[in-house]
Amino acid sequence: MGALDLRAIRKSFGAIDVIRGVDLEVATGEFTVFVGPSGCGKSTLLRIIAGLEDQTSGDLSIAGRLMNGVPPAKRGIAMVFQSYALYPHLTVEGNMGLALKQEGVERSAIAARIARASGLLQLDPLLSRRPAELSGGQRQRVAIGRAIVREPKLFLFDEPLSNLDAALRVGTRLEIAKLHRQLGATMVYVTHDQVEAMTLADKIVVLRAGVVEQVGSPLDLYRRPANRFVAGFIGSPAMNFAEGEAAARVGAAAIGVRPEHLAVSEDGAWTGTLSHAEHLGSDTMLYVDVPGMGLMTARVGGEDDHAIGSRVGLTPRDGRIHRFDAEGRTIGG
Amino acid sequence: MDRSRSSPLGRGLVHVALLAYTALCLAPVLLVVVNSFKSRRAIFAAPLTWPDASSFDLVGYRTVLGQGVFLNYFINSMIVTVGSIAAVLLFGAMAAFALSEYRFRLNTALGLFLALGIMVPIRLGTVSILQMMVAARLVDTHLGLILIYTAQGLPVAVFILSEFMQGVSKDLKDAGRIDGLGEYTIFFRLVLPLVRPALATVAVFTMVPIWNDLWFPLIVAPGEATRTVTLGAQSFIGQFVTNWNAVLAALTLAILPVLALYLAFSRQLIRGITAGAVK
Repeated sequence: MGALDLRAIRKSFGAIDVIRGVDLEVATGEFTVFVGPSGCGKSTLLRIIAGLEDQTSGDLSIAGRLMNGVPPAKRGIAMVFQSYALYPHLTVEGNMGLALKQEGVERSAIAARIARASGLLQLDPLLSRRPAELSGGQRQRVAIGRAIVREPKLFLFDEPLSNLDAALRVGTRLEIAKLHRQLGATMVYVTHDQVEAMTLADKIVVLRAGVVEQVGSPLDLYRRPANRFVAGFIGSPAMNFAEGEAAARVGAAAIGVRPEHLAVSEDGAWTGTLSHAEHLGSDTMLYVDVPGMGLMTARVGGEDDHAIGSRVGLTPRDGRIHRFDAEGRTIGG
Repeated sequence: MDRSRSSPLGRGLVHVALLAYTALCLAPVLLVVVNSFKSRRAIFAAPLTWPDASSFDLVGYRTVLGQGVFLNYFINSMIVTVGSIAAVLLFGAMAAFALSEYRFRLNTALGLFLALGIMVPIRLGTVSILQMMVAARLVDTHLGLILIYTAQGLPVAVFILSEFMQGVSKDLKDAGRIDGLGEYTIFFRLVLPLVRPALATVAVFTMVPIWNDLWFPLIVAPGEATRTVTLGAQSFIGQFVTNWNAVLAALTLAILPVLALYLAFSRQLIRGITAGAVK
């Protein structure tokens, strides 16, 4: 019996099937991330878990209790939204306390829970301010605080970092990871950003077109993608794919090699001309045009100085070639 | 297009046009106000001059205020106007919320049906409205007028408000649902304050035609006890003799309450707009 249990969940809006049969179990204390391209149904799935949408069919249990048709407030969940969704007419303290007031929790208990959450998130100096007087990062911390005070069985995050700038995003990401460790809470987190997914998750659920493509730990998905879609989606820069002769030689319809698993030398298994190089300082990305295979990306350490237009040989490292059949499934896992 | 908008000449022309329109709108009102302070002879002899020492006369106001019933007319107009605005805003906002927030069968059809009311003037139905009012024994009551004006104001109100309601963050309403707020609390506490500028706009658009209306008071509520200011002023217009001093004084006085209401709403409107901008 897990913290969250989804069985054959389906959701249709009219004739359009958005979720097409999702089964999933989330263990207590686990950090689960739903990731996928936009329109894959990940947000809809989260809204079904929250009770903001009703599933068309299937069963949903939270902490062992069947929750089909139960209103959101009675599910023992808390949700953090992308747009923060703070109540503009209430102070930070009012925002955090509202749900508890609705539940009829005693005033002294509410104050204690707000104090604990605000200490955890360093919100103490902001408690009497209104949302309009806060910066984006502060607003998101308040939104997280509002979720914490409810002491929910399940935290739901709907792309909480998307509206923050890059620096704040990293900071808030660390904060969420730290909170997860401190609270030991079960969290379900939706993002389209695979870096967030890799850094935060105990378990990643990759969705595409309303279907779960693969479930596993971040490194599982990285090492052993179940199919070509997952292989291309997880990892940055994306995996190189090649079809045709190069694939046929190893008995596959297509092969894939990650940029970091390509060795660069004068001569290699594949040779081509360097068409572009990106110098990131710590890494250098080489974009090599290989005849018959297209543009291949290779990640080389440090400050590499290959000249644009020069001949570059690429060799995949042993055991790091992913083979896919004609339907895109991985061969021989 | 862009160049003409930014050039001083283009902007000057726009202002000339707007000033001309303002003058056109205000001139008759000014004429009424100016002449209400003049003696009967001066009104006819020189209607376009300002009152001076020889022509200044408050006889019109003395006549109007001397008739005790006129205060009642003002109260009647106020009751009907404020009551109608309240009903239009409340029911219009609720309908707009339902149309923009909930998915249900015939949602679009219902929205179009309500929009139809914008295109068809309510006065076309006067005969059947009167029959209904007679049947419901609502002739010569405030409620009768309020119901008619509510029906008249709702289509535009729903149309404007549902546009604004769609702009209210979906996440905010969902956050309220997760925190255990009921749909009515979400509507009154979260959504209505955020669409306050739209409410003020609707209130202003609704108020003026109701206050000025002569048609329905004349037909549905002509009795002394429910007579409105606009209808009351007509009592000074006779078939053979018209007391112009009294008519002009009554009309001038009738401007004041509606002006006060307008100022009250427009302050709300400005406050609402600035609150949004600071966000």
